[in-house]
Amino acid sequence: MNVVTRGFRGRGRDGGVKLPPGQYLEHGFPVLQAGPTPPVNTATWTFTVTTETGMSTRWDWRQFTALPAEDVTVDIHCVTQWSKLGTRWRGVSVDTLLDGIATNAAYVMARSYGGYTTNMPLADLRDGKAWIAYEYDGRPLPPEHGGPARLLVPHLYFWKSAKWVTGLDLMPHDRHGFWEQLGYHDYGDPWREQRYQGD
Amino acid sequence: MARAAVPGRLSWRVATVKETRDETATARTLLLDVPGWPGHLPGQHVAVKLTAEDGYSAQRDYSIASPPEGGRVELPVVELTVQRLDDGEVSSYLAGIAEPGDQFEVRGPIGGWFAWRADDPRPLLLLAGGSGVVPLMSMIRTHAQAGSQVPVRLIYSARTPADVIYATELAERASSSLLPHPEGLPIGNRQEKRARSVSPLTVTYLYTRAPLSMADDPPRSYTGRLNAKILAATSFPPQANPAIFACGPSGFVETASDLLVAAGHLPGMIKTERFGPT
Repeated sequence: MNVVTRGFRGRGRDGGVKLPPGQYLEHGFPVLQAGPTPPVNTATWTFTVTTETGMSTRWDWRQFTALPAEDVTVDIHCVTQWSKLGTRWRGVSVDTLLDGIATNAAYVMARSYGGYTTNMPLADLRDGKAWIAYEYDGRPLPPEHGGPARLLVPHLYFWKSAKWVTGLDLMPHDRHGFWEQLGYHDYGDPWREQRYQGD
Repeated sequence: MARAAVPGRLSWRVATVKETRDETATARTLLLDVPGWPGHLPGQHVAVKLTAEDGYSAQRDYSIASPPEGGRVELPVVELTVQRLDDGEVSSYLAGIAEPGDQFEVRGPIGGWFAWRADDPRPLLLLAGGSGVVPLMSMIRTHAQAGSQVPVRLIYSARTPADVIYATELAERASSSLLPHPEGLPIGNRQEKRARSVSPLTVTYLYTRAPLSMADDPPRSYTGRLNAKILAATSFPPQANPAIFACGPSGFVETASDLLVAAGHLPGMIKTERFGPT
């Protein structure tokens, strides 16, 4: 059911670029977050992977940035309808972090400084689909964009790419993260327009 | 994925423009009839979808300005105030072309975090940058409609006095004795109690581009941007444990929340909503 709106013609059709449904092309980099930007100091920063049996593996900033890193150029899609194409990041593949960690978990909760959480299937972080990114556009990731390090899961809506990330909790069963508890979609595939629960 | 009958599923509904009202040279309020509207909390927003004759459609999110019980029950009314952006294909339609009788689609309400509940006993501190005042106005209207007596302080940063949205209504609501409303104020106001002699609302304006002589009248108005001194003079101290909502352009919200944290407010008490790129 589409109501045609009198007098609306629309601007460009985004120059032939194929965007997920309901998205528009953004050239800036908007910020979306629920509260203040938390101060995160790399001197005390840690990143921890905890399995469903409670086994933890932890890196500090020096150890983390010594891990093999990858440069990735990806399109990102925010649930607030903007998409940004060809964003350049550098960070550690989640595959590298999970290498050697024994788990049968099917889901993961990303945890951030400031208390933010977001859930997704663990498979969506494997096989070259996700990174812990600490550089954006050739520079250290700015705090308002999640620095010093954020999760980058570009094939899902961008609230899944948790800013100020400090850990991944591997879970046998799915649980809701911050926005998911408030009605946002568990999975969040932009190409299927899964913005809210029930989409 | 089988997700039949998920409670709270958001479906698109047809909205009909009932009335428009210019707020400033670039901001316009639209009163929408939305049959079946499930109701909302002050601070929540809607997605608006416009569809052209060739099937092209565009959607954007807009904050709701009206209180939850803004309209009659049998014909729910949702009020949006839209700031026209130079390159905004949806805002330029809503704040420029839309007329009474025109139709488009909306779905919502969206967002339950940046939302105030009328039974919240804490003082309410609101910080608005530009059209970021819109969801905060829904809170102010809800507060009045519900007869809440918690003190409310609005700090509102605008370019000049001419850019202030809801100027008349804010002045009236902040004045000590509320007079009967003239025509043109939101529908819900008719139900409000008017016996109050002291308004719980105070408003401080910050004019970022007004000449000094015009606008400097502390603590009612200041020229320049928000800073620690103005915040201390016009907001609640952390000991008052206020609920805090900040909405506006990214830079304004970043500054406001940093100043609030530096002043001793707990980060968890500060709810933010931003628009625009950095």
